[in-house]
Amino acid sequence: MKTFGELDIRKDLSYTKTHEWAKKTDRVVRVGVDDYAQSALGDIVYVELPSVGAATGAGAAFGSLESTKAVSDLNSPVTGKVVAVNEALSDSPELINASPYEDGWIVEIEVPDSKEFDALLKSDAYSEFVKTLDEEHQ
Amino acid sequence: MDRYPGTRGLAFREALLWERSRKGRIGLSLPEQDVPRSELDAGLVGDGPDLPELSEVDVVRHYTRLSTWNCGVDTGTYPLGSCTMKYNPKINDRVAGLPGFANLHPMMPVECIQGALSLMYALERDLLEITGMHAASLQPSAGAQGELAGMLMIHAYHAHRGRQRRKIIMPATAHGTNPASAALCGYSPVPVQLSQDGIMTPEAIREVMDEDTAGIMITNPNTLGIFESHIAEIAKIIHEKGGLVYGDGANLNALMGYADVEKMGIDVLHVNVHKTLSTPHGGGGPGAGPVVVRDVLEPFLPVPRVVKDGDRYTLSSDAPLSIGRLHSFFGNFAVLVRALAYTRTLGKHLKDVTEMAVLNANYVKAGLKGVYNLPFPQPSLHECIFNDAIQRKQGVTTLDVAKRLIDFGYHPPTVYFPLVVDGALMIEPTETESKADLDGFVEALRAIAGEAAANPAMVTDTPKNTAVARPDEVLAARHLILRGETPQ
Amino acid sequence: MRYLSHTPDDLREMMEVIGIERVEELFDSIPQGVRRDSEIAIEPESEWRLLREFEAMAAANCPVTTFIGAGSCAHHVPAHVPYLASRSEFLTSYTPYQPEISQGTLQAIFEFQTMTGSLLGMEVANASMYDGASALAEAALMAIRVKKKPKIAVSRLSHPHYLQVLSTYLRPTAFETVELGALPDGRTDCGKVPGDVSAVLVQSPNFLGVVEDLGAVAEAAHARGALLVASFTEAMAWGLLKNPGSQGADIVCGEGSSFGIPHNFGGPGVGMLACRKDFVRAIPGRLVGQTVDRNGERSFVLTLAAREQHIRREKAVSNICTNSGHNALTAAIYMATAGREGLRRIAQINHDKAAYLKAGLEKAGFRPLFNAPFFNEFALTAPAGFEQRRAKLLEKGFAAGLKLDAFPEYKDAYLFCATEVHTRDVLDAFLKEVA
Repeated sequence: MKTFGELDIRKDLSYTKTHEWAKKTDRVVRVGVDDYAQSALGDIVYVELPSVGAATGAGAAFGSLESTKAVSDLNSPVTGKVVAVNEALSDSPELINASPYEDGWIVEIEVPDSKEFDALLKSDAYSEFVKTLDEEHQ
Repeated sequence: MDRYPGTRGLAFREALLWERSRKGRIGLSLPEQDVPRSELDAGLVGDGPDLPELSEVDVVRHYTRLSTWNCGVDTGTYPLGSCTMKYNPKINDRVAGLPGFANLHPMMPVECIQGALSLMYALERDLLEITGMHAASLQPSAGAQGELAGMLMIHAYHAHRGRQRRKIIMPATAHGTNPASAALCGYSPVPVQLSQDGIMTPEAIREVMDEDTAGIMITNPNTLGIFESHIAEIAKIIHEKGGLVYGDGANLNALMGYADVEKMGIDVLHVNVHKTLSTPHGGGGPGAGPVVVRDVLEPFLPVPRVVKDGDRYTLSSDAPLSIGRLHSFFGNFAVLVRALAYTRTLGKHLKDVTEMAVLNANYVKAGLKGVYNLPFPQPSLHECIFNDAIQRKQGVTTLDVAKRLIDFGYHPPTVYFPLVVDGALMIEPTETESKADLDGFVEALRAIAGEAAANPAMVTDTPKNTAVARPDEVLAARHLILRGETPQ
Repeated sequence: MRYLSHTPDDLREMMEVIGIERVEELFDSIPQGVRRDSEIAIEPESEWRLLREFEAMAAANCPVTTFIGAGSCAHHVPAHVPYLASRSEFLTSYTPYQPEISQGTLQAIFEFQTMTGSLLGMEVANASMYDGASALAEAALMAIRVKKKPKIAVSRLSHPHYLQVLSTYLRPTAFETVELGALPDGRTDCGKVPGDVSAVLVQSPNFLGVVEDLGAVAEAAHARGALLVASFTEAMAWGLLKNPGSQGADIVCGEGSSFGIPHNFGGPGVGMLACRKDFVRAIPGRLVGQTVDRNGERSFVLTLAAREQHIRREKAVSNICTNSGHNALTAAIYMATAGREGLRRIAQINHDKAAYLKAGLEKAGFRPLFNAPFFNEFALTAPAGFEQRRAKLLEKGFAAGLKLDAFPEYKDAYLFCATEVHTRDVLDAFLKEVA
């Protein structure tokens, strides 16, 4: 697992305390898991994806990630409707390890407004949060 | 010779069955065709399964070679924590194979099965004598099904009292199967804070126990090998709020002759006979997981039950509150025969078994203290849990230590369990290991710690002498191959 | 005690290292209030006495020739099967958590999965369940997980014990079962399957010995968006009959103890559970997968562990952990021994013997309960007075069928079974006594 110094935490994204990132373009929020999550889980072997059209609630699980040793829920950062899923993950779950922010994106959720998105952690606050987790682990 | 066995030797390569197959071979002796052939309607008949075609000799060579790639208790020390891999006495297998048992059909009239029923009755009595409980059922097929039986009984008890509950208290030191067993009964687990000493306190229980909580699932000694010394008081708190106490008996090997399960306040306990009572684990079962209960739960035991009436034994299903049946027939009888052979061979010396199991674990603990990190230094019983906190600094993990141990000729301990210890190495030597074996095991682990400090690569690039090197588990899970090619 | 090896010197040295003077000190953490107040009152026995006692108990069971199947049909166990299975490297090992020193068990289970898949016509088979009954209960839960409808339809002609176990497993949940009755020909009536069930569960051959038309059941199930769960108690039947997979079954479960495992008074057997590939993440129990090691050599590991209890905890697909691994090994050795042709021939002989027995009993005044195809078991209505005769037959060493108490609608009906172990001499001797 990466140490805090090795982690790539992107400035232009918003985050949850359960390590999902979110990026909003117009009314669509793209969601993935961050470098901390992929490194903590290790080699991801399976992604359980929702179907397009499914409703998501902020903080509720919409899918899961499996490594050989662990399984982790994917929690939606926002309430809305799934409008796209990254089908490439079905055959290549390793994309999440290799490229958590680009090729390894997971779903796109259409939201009615930006209230929930705006309330997510910004990268500075999220970095601080991850730093405390890292200190606990060491 | 070194003090540890080490490994060297001969490992034959061996193909998969169907790679050996040659069309037209049959390994089976077919009986004489002494009755006329009867043709089934052609529309019902299939093509027959694509099974490999082999001679008896092919089959014997194949499985003999495969067996040499395995490692059993008969091969050497097998200190898997929480698994109690003790010696499996051979007389047990012999009596289980007696034709009067092995060839006994389960649906025979009761006059024809008196021997089998008397044996089951005797084993029930022995389990009650060992645990101090009130009534027993031998039906569950394994520890996890015993656990399920226990939870179903607790569920049925609350249903009978007219108000079902939704939660169950589950400490982090409970066994891995506990949450899944509770979930089958619709109970959601409630965590409980552990003390600095790694055990539960009455205060912490008082905080979480309420009248919507069905009870608690306790492993004692817990998965840290530490006795839950407040157990009687904890049980009292649970009982006062109308709950029940489920005891996981996986660690019973630490208690025989010392503790009284009923006095601990436990209402139902399962016994892993393939742990405590020496029946062979068989590479993954079959086991047996009898349950013993206090009087309050007796009406809920699985049916049918063995009943003794004078000198005669019968099977009774007359129990309206029973959770019902759990097994195709009456339980894993051939496993239970072995268990009775064990309790009858040991008898009151079961206390010596417990004493030597605890002595051995503490001897290993003393030998490794300081060399490996001991996260909970409190007194422990039949197992001890170290971790890789010291070795991790050199880039050597618990997994590496486990794999290197194989080169020294030992089966690794349980690793990465319990989850409350990061990088756990959980060692349970059991009572049947000799001092020489324990000395060798300790010395091997000390040598590995030395290697980790001096030259980590010696530990990480292991094991070296096994039939295969470390398999790629990630590849196995990403690209599932769960069956081979069919033969032709 | 011969299983414990410490000498007084060993004990002294060990206690010195630990820093104690008496072993009892190690138990100080157990409070007085929960200690037992007497020693364990079981008298230890020598191997000599133990053997005599167990022989006496074994002898208290009657040695008879049984014509009862009912989930435990008598089959010949080839000599080399238990011989190989009892090699201690197989028998005394644990679940293969350390693959480098467990390749024997892992490859054997991979081969078991492959052969079980072939036998049942399914893409995926797991490493085994406890027994046929728990396999059925787990299959039902699995179907409900897949289809997410809390209702199933179950054939009343399934093994009564299996139905009891199913209801034990389902009792704490809100899941509902609908019972499917029998048609006059002894097959399950699938005409009244409700539209909102997750699965239709049908056993074939069913408890009354009748071979079900699984293709028709599959059609009925699929027409309602439900899965077909096909169960069985006699694995030998698939040596001859069309397998369930080829007839549209989605999940197949049953008992495999016909393959090299003696009656053992009903246990342990070996549960088989198989499914279509789409449901692999919903299947309970262990799975062995093929992979390569660090040097690129073929090797085997336990895989898809993320479904299981020790990782997913309360969200696991099942709580099963230890299964029936050693009996799966035994069944695999049997299947490899029989092979494609051998299994077909032994299965045909089973049918031949059963047909011979049935014809003989009909001559003796029994009437078939159904005019329907059977494999090695069949149900007959007995002539008057047979109930009393049965007791006499038992004294002569014959267990003359199973009275169908669980099906009161069939009066005076008995279930008979004959297999390859019944020679013509034995069958004739029995028929002579019955006549």
